[in-house]
Amino acid sequence: MSMLKRTALYEEHKKLNGRIVDFGGWELPVQYSGVLNEHTAVRNACGLFDVSHMGEIFVEGPGSIEFINFVTTNDASILAVEQAQYSAFCNESGGIVDDLVVYRLGEERFLLVVNASNTDKDFSHLTRALESYSGQKPRIKNASGEFSQIAVQGPLAQKILQTLTQTDLSLIKTYWCKEGILCGVNTIIARTGYTGEDGFELYVPWSDGPKVWEAILDAGKGAGILPCGLGARDTLRLEMKYALYGHELNDDTNPLEVGLAWITKLKKAGTFIGKPAIEAMKAAGPKKTLVGVKSLGRGIPRQGYEIYDLDRSSLIGTITSGTQSPTLKQSIGVAFMDKKFETIGTKVLVKVRDDFHEFEVCKTPFIEKK
Amino acid sequence: MSYPNNYKYTKEHEWAELVSDTQIRVGITDHAQNSLGDIVFLELPKVGRELKSHETFGVVESIKAVSDLYSPVNGKVVQANSDLVSDPAKINSNPHTEWMLVLESADAKTQFAGLMDAAAYSEYVRSL
Repeated sequence: MSMLKRTALYEEHKKLNGRIVDFGGWELPVQYSGVLNEHTAVRNACGLFDVSHMGEIFVEGPGSIEFINFVTTNDASILAVEQAQYSAFCNESGGIVDDLVVYRLGEERFLLVVNASNTDKDFSHLTRALESYSGQKPRIKNASGEFSQIAVQGPLAQKILQTLTQTDLSLIKTYWCKEGILCGVNTIIARTGYTGEDGFELYVPWSDGPKVWEAILDAGKGAGILPCGLGARDTLRLEMKYALYGHELNDDTNPLEVGLAWITKLKKAGTFIGKPAIEAMKAAGPKKTLVGVKSLGRGIPRQGYEIYDLDRSSLIGTITSGTQSPTLKQSIGVAFMDKKFETIGTKVLVKVRDDFHEFEVCKTPFIEKK
Repeated sequence: MSYPNNYKYTKEHEWAELVSDTQIRVGITDHAQNSLGDIVFLELPKVGRELKSHETFGVVESIKAVSDLYSPVNGKVVQANSDLVSDPAKINSNPHTEWMLVLESADAKTQFAGLMDAAAYSEYVRSL
């Protein structure tokens, strides 16, 4: 029996001829007008995404900062109110339970935004951590069912959204947020995203999702806004080499192996779950790394494809994500492989079906950052 | 888009057109291209290869998906559309005219007669 979940925007997706697929138990549109079209709209104008399936967990009350620092790798104590940071939860072995964004909404009020398919796993992880936690215990609450989340991404995002709110959006810097009124609805307006473009992620009460969605589409009509599905979301993040849980990250990958040393603060006050294992990996030196590879040839790398050295004598890694970049019209992939091959310009072979295709380790993001 | 009445179809969403008593042209249906989305890659077999009915003859990839192509009949590849390989997005625009292969077989006409007609294929697509 199918037990698929729907967001509050399901009927909007149907109206817009979205092609609905099962995405980790959620019925969500993979595309409306086409992945390329939607991808280009986000790079050049604006795209609108329903990301209501993402999980929202609140941590509130005295002890919040210390507890968040105990369960995440980054240092939440440096956050000012209204500031956000990318972070990760790790297990005792140093493997990544999930990656997330931490928003400090108030002195002792934090919003943790996690991956949809990991929400239950994350909340159990936090509940267990809280039980064994010896410091002052904050309140934790899984509020995923209470929010619709809408991402408005692209160079025209601010211009379009500004017509719907009195909050001066130009004052919200990248990775900061503000609570305000948008289309008459209480909204957490965050200048964050997963596309590499300027843009916002809006957290509104679940049932207000359709109203806000329709208002943004209407406001952006003249500017070329397009509703965008999960397909474009994936190609956009991939061109930036942003990690996707289940592809680049999983319960067995250590943050130091997947380019996340920058969010792993081993020197912050106190310990955190996974710290001893991560320190041990740091001391031994990670053997693997995550790099970008591209090819001038036609073969498209896909998750799970094997990577070999040039004489085909040893398997040196696997592709974690790959596609043909809509911006570059080139095959691009993210490779989890032996650190010895990480130097930019190194040639490797990716096995595409029965053939070996030459790829080159390249700098990332794959596209020029604006 | 409607399915041409003079073509025949397979459950794997290939179309076949009888171009002479011994030759069949092969492509993929509108339903197939629409399910795939933006097509960015096509791989076809070499001319001269002998294919069995239902055998994999190539691969088509969209931005998101990889899909095998299956031969609708037994036959020898006498032409492969290399223009389409260089610009596979044309499949999205004109799925029923952008052919991939021409297959040759002495009993092409009989094999063609055994495939699904347009009405049966439309019905099949609706049932999916």
